[in-house]
Amino acid sequence: MHITSRAWKYGDNINTDVIFPGKYTYTVTERAEIARHALEDLDPTFAANAQPGDVIVGGRNFGCGSSREQAATCLVYNGVGAVVAASFSRIFYRNALNNGLLAIACPAAAEAIQPGEMVTVDTERHVIRCAGGEFVFPPLSASVMGIVQAGGLVAYVKRKLAAA
Amino acid sequence: MSGQTFAQKALARAAGLDAVEVGQVVDARPDIVLSHDNTAAIRRIWQEFGQERVLIPERIAITLDHAVPAPTTKHAQNHAEIRRFVQEQGIRHFFEVGRGICHQVLSEEALVLPGQLILGADSHTTHYGWLGAFGAGIGRSEVATLWATGELWLRVPESMKIVLEGDLPPGVTAKDFALRVIGDLGADGGLYMSVEFHGSGIEAMSLESRMVLPNMMAEFGAKNAWVAPDERTVAYLERGLRQRMEIGDWRLGEGTQSPISNLHSLLPDPDAQYAAVHHYRAADLEPYVACPHSVDNVVPLSAVAGTRVQQAFLGTCTNGRLEDLAAAAAIIRGKQVAPGVRFLVIPASSEVLKAALERGYIQEFVEAGAVIGVPGCGPCMGNHMGIPAPGEVTISSANRNFRGRMGTADSEIYLANPAVVAASAVAGSIADPQDVIA
Repeated sequence: MHITSRAWKYGDNINTDVIFPGKYTYTVTERAEIARHALEDLDPTFAANAQPGDVIVGGRNFGCGSSREQAATCLVYNGVGAVVAASFSRIFYRNALNNGLLAIACPAAAEAIQPGEMVTVDTERHVIRCAGGEFVFPPLSASVMGIVQAGGLVAYVKRKLAAA
Repeated sequence: MSGQTFAQKALARAAGLDAVEVGQVVDARPDIVLSHDNTAAIRRIWQEFGQERVLIPERIAITLDHAVPAPTTKHAQNHAEIRRFVQEQGIRHFFEVGRGICHQVLSEEALVLPGQLILGADSHTTHYGWLGAFGAGIGRSEVATLWATGELWLRVPESMKIVLEGDLPPGVTAKDFALRVIGDLGADGGLYMSVEFHGSGIEAMSLESRMVLPNMMAEFGAKNAWVAPDERTVAYLERGLRQRMEIGDWRLGEGTQSPISNLHSLLPDPDAQYAAVHHYRAADLEPYVACPHSVDNVVPLSAVAGTRVQQAFLGTCTNGRLEDLAAAAAIIRGKQVAPGVRFLVIPASSEVLKAALERGYIQEFVEAGAVIGVPGCGPCMGNHMGIPAPGEVTISSANRNFRGRMGTADSEIYLANPAVVAASAVAGSIADPQDVIA
C-alpha cells in the first residue's frame, strides 16, 4: 500500500468522544451521516474538507476512551488513508485495523509531520516520508496485515468461514 | 520457565494452551461475550456472515442500559431490534431496560467467574478484574466475529503491578486511589498492559470499592486489570449463582466451573515478571478531582474547592453502588440541594435501587431535592437524562470527563468520589464533605 496525501495533525490523548460523540452511537447509522460527524468536537472543519487518502496524525494514546467502532469507521467513511500516531489506545487500534484502516505507531513521524503538509505512507518499505525526513515503522504482523488487506475483519472472517 | 502473570495464565486457559509468553498472539475463546444497546448494530455486521444461528448463544450476554428507557423513537427501534434478535437466537442472558448497567448486572448475576475471559463491546469491560477475571473491551466487528466463530486473536500483554499498603484514611476512597494513579502516570500510563493490584490496602477494601479499580483502569489505557479474589468474592458470586440455580439457569456440571475450583490456579506467581511496579501508601492519599477535559488532569480536592457547579451526578458503573449511595446519603441527610443545582442519583442496578429503598437512602435523596433516575448509564455518555447546557459545570462520580462526553461540547465535567459529589450538590460548588457536614 502506498498513500500520498495531506496530513491533519492533532495532539495527545485524542479521545473517541471528540472523534465521534457518544450521543450519536445508537441513532446515527448511515455512512454519510457517520462521516459528517467525524471529529466534530475536535476540528469542525475536518469532515467538510477531508480528501480521500488524507492522513490523520496524532500524539500519544490516540483514540482513548470508548470502544465505539464509529471512531474508526467515521474516518474510513471520510476516505482517510491512514492514522499515524506516537501510540494508540488499544481498542481504537483494533477497530481501525479491523475496518481496513492503517494505524501506524511511529513516534518520530508523528512528531515530525507538520499540519497540512503532504505525507507518504509506504507499507511495503514500512516508511513514512514528510518534509522532516523519512521514518521507519515496525511492520504489522502478517496476520494483522491480512485483515487490513482483506478490507477489514468482517471480510477476512467471511473468507475464512467460506473456506472452512 | 519464570513465573506467570495473571494475564499469561488467563489467556493460556482461554486459548487452551499450557503456557503463553508475553507478546504472543493467541486465539482466545471467551466464556462470555458482552454487548448492550450496540447489539442491533452488531447484529447487522453479524448478518454479513450469512449464518442463521449464533455459534454459542449461552456465552452471549446482552443488557439494555446505555439509553434506557428509550429517549427517542430511534432509540426505541434500536431496542426493539435487539429484543427480536434475543428472541430469535434464544439468548437467555438478556437483561431488560431498568435491570441496570451491564458490568453491575453481570457481576450480580455471577455470569463471570474468577479466571474466566470476558470480552465486551464496552471499554469498561476491564471491570471484571474486580472478581479475578480477565475482562477486555473490543469493537463491534469483533463481537460479531465472536458470535460467528467463538474466537478472537489477543496479544498477551505485559503486566504492571500496583501495590497499595495500609488502610485508606477516612473520606478517601478507591476512586481517589484510581484517580491518583492515573494522575501520576498519565492516561496512557498503563497502555496495552494488564494491571494487577496487590497489597494489604486492596485486601482490606470492600468488594464494591474493589470494583472501582479495574473499571477505572480503562482510563489508564489498560487492556485488563486484576484484583485477587478472596472468600468474600466467592461468597458474593455464590449468592448470584444460587439465585440463578433457583430459576434453573445454572447448575454444577460439565462445562460449568465453580468459582472456588477456579480460584487458586489462576493467581499470578510470586516470581512473575512485571514491566513496572508502583507502590502507594494508603496513608499518603487524599480525595482527588479529575478536572476538564481529561481523566489524568488530577488535582487534590482542595485545589478546586469552590468551583461553581450546576449539576451533580451520582451513578455509573464506577460509583453507582450501594456503598456509594450510602456515602452520599450520609452527606445529604437532613440537608437540601443548593438552589440552581440539579442532583441526579442513578443507581447502577435494580438490586442497588431496591437495597437503597430498603435502607431509606432514596427517601433521603428525594427529601433533599435530588432527582432519582432509572438504573442504567444515565447521562454518562450524553444520550439523555441530564445533558448539561452550554457553559454549565457538572461534578460526576463517573469515569470519563472528555469534552462533549455528556452531550455538550461547551460544558465541563469534574470527576470525584460519591461523597464529594453529594457535598458539592449541597454546597453548589465543589466541596469537601467535611466542610458540608460541619
